[in-house]
Amino acid sequence: MPTISFDGQEITFEPGQTIIEAAMASDLYIPHLCWHPDFPPHGSCKLCSVKVNGRICSACTFPAAEGQEVVSSSEEVRQLRLRLTQMLFVEGNHFCPSCEKSGQCELQAMGYYLGMTDNHYPHFFPVRDIDASHPHVLLDRDRCIFCELCVRASRADGKNVFELAGRGIHTRLVVDSPSGKLGDSNLDVNDRAAHICPVGAIVVKETAFRIPIGQRKYDRRTIAEVSVAEEAPLLRKRYEQKED
Amino acid sequence: MSKKKIRIATTSLAGCFGCHMSFMDIDERLLDLAEIADFDRSPLSDIKHCEQCDIGIVEGGVCNAENVEVLREFRNHCKILVAIGACAINGGIPALRNRCDLGDCLEEAFLTGIGVTDPKVPGDPELPLLLDKVHPVHEVVKIDYSLPGCPPSADTIWAALTALIEGNAPQLPYELIHYD
Ligand code: SF4
Ligand code: SF4
Repeated sequence: MPTISFDGQEITFEPGQTIIEAAMASDLYIPHLCWHPDFPPHGSCKLCSVKVNGRICSACTFPAAEGQEVVSSSEEVRQLRLRLTQMLFVEGNHFCPSCEKSGQCELQAMGYYLGMTDNHYPHFFPVRDIDASHPHVLLDRDRCIFCELCVRASRADGKNVFELAGRGIHTRLVVDSPSGKLGDSNLDVNDRAAHICPVGAIVVKETAFRIPIGQRKYDRRTIAEVSVAEEAPLLRKRYEQKED
Repeated sequence: MSKKKIRIATTSLAGCFGCHMSFMDIDERLLDLAEIADFDRSPLSDIKHCEQCDIGIVEGGVCNAENVEVLREFRNHCKILVAIGACAINGGIPALRNRCDLGDCLEEAFLTGIGVTDPKVPGDPELPLLLDKVHPVHEVVKIDYSLPGCPPSADTIWAALTALIEGNAPQLPYELIHYD
C-alpha cells in the first residue's frame, strides 16, 4: 500500500482517498466542520487546512499521493484554524448561553479544541431570518456556517429542501417551498437533513436542554476524540461497502 | 517583610453582575487573595475612579457612553486588562438588541410595550446615552486576556487570576474553557 507521512508518522492510504480520509482511516483527527464521511466534500470551512510539502491545502479535497509530507498539528496551522473559527463566530450571531445546541455543537467544540478564548475580529451582527414555521424543526439562520451539510443530506434524502443562495457576506440558507418557509417544504423530522447540522442552525424542536451540563457531547471529550470515535467507523463502513 | 500588594480593579459594564457573583464563588480563596491583593475601583470597594492598577477585570459589553468612558479609564490605568464573560467577549444577551432599531427598542420598552404605565422615554441628562449597537469590549480598547463563560466558573477565574499574579499568561485546561 502507498504511504504518506502525517505529522512525522507513516500512514497507508488507498488510491483515490483524500488526505482527510487517509488520516481518519488511521484514527488520526484533522479538524473539520463541513466534511462528513457520508457525503462528498464541500471544501468551504477550510478548518482541515494542512501543509502538504510546504503548501497549505484542504485535506478534505486534496488527494493523498505517495511520499507526501503532511503537517497538521503545528502551531502555525493551529493559529490559522483559530482565525478561521473566529471568523465563523463573528460572521453569524453565536450567543452560546442561549443556544439549544450548546455543549453538542461542533463549532463551539472547535473553539474549545483550538483554545479559543475570544473572537478577535469585530462582530458583524448580521440580521438574518429565523424560521419556526415547521412543526418539528427550527431553522435559526443566525447560527448557520454555510457548510452545506443539510443541502447534501437533503439531496441524499431525495428531496433537495435546502440550498445556499447569494454570494459572499450575503449568502443565506434558503428553503425549497412555495413560500420559502420550512413549514411548507416536504422536510420530515426523520430526514437525515433534519439531524446533520453541525451547529444550532437546524434543530429538532422539543429536544433542547434535555442533557444536563457536564454530560453533553463535548463537556468531557474533545471534538477530536468524538470524531475518531464516531466518524472513523462511518468511513470504514463506506469503504467496506465499496469493496463488497 | 511585606511584599507590595497587587492592585486589582473590577467593573460591570453591560453585564448582569453574574461574572462578579462567580468571582465571589471563589469562596474562602478570597481570603488568600486579600493577603496579596487590594481592590481599587470595584463594586466590592466602592472606589469611584481607578488609580494605577496591575490587573483590571471587565464584565459586560459596551452599550452606552458611560461604558465607553469606564472601559477607557480601565485601559489607561490597568497594566493587564482582562475581559470576563460572554457579554464582554461578544456582547452577549444585551447584544440581542443589535438586530433591532434602537428607536424601536425604546418605543417598545417605554411607550407601547405590555404593562407600560405613564409612557415616556426617559430623557434625564444624568442618564448615559445609549449606543446604536452593543459592542464587545475588544472593539473599543485592547484586551490582554479573555475568560469565556456565562459566567466563567470560579475555578476558571481563580486559575487565570493566580497565573496573572504570578506573572504568567493564563493557560486554561479544556474543562475550564466554555462559552455557556
Ligand atoms: S451554534 Fe454553536 S457556536 Fe453558535 S451559538 Fe449555538 S452553541 Fe454557540
Ligand atoms: S443550516 Fe447547518 S447544515 Fe445547513 S448549511 Fe447551515 S450550518 Fe450547515
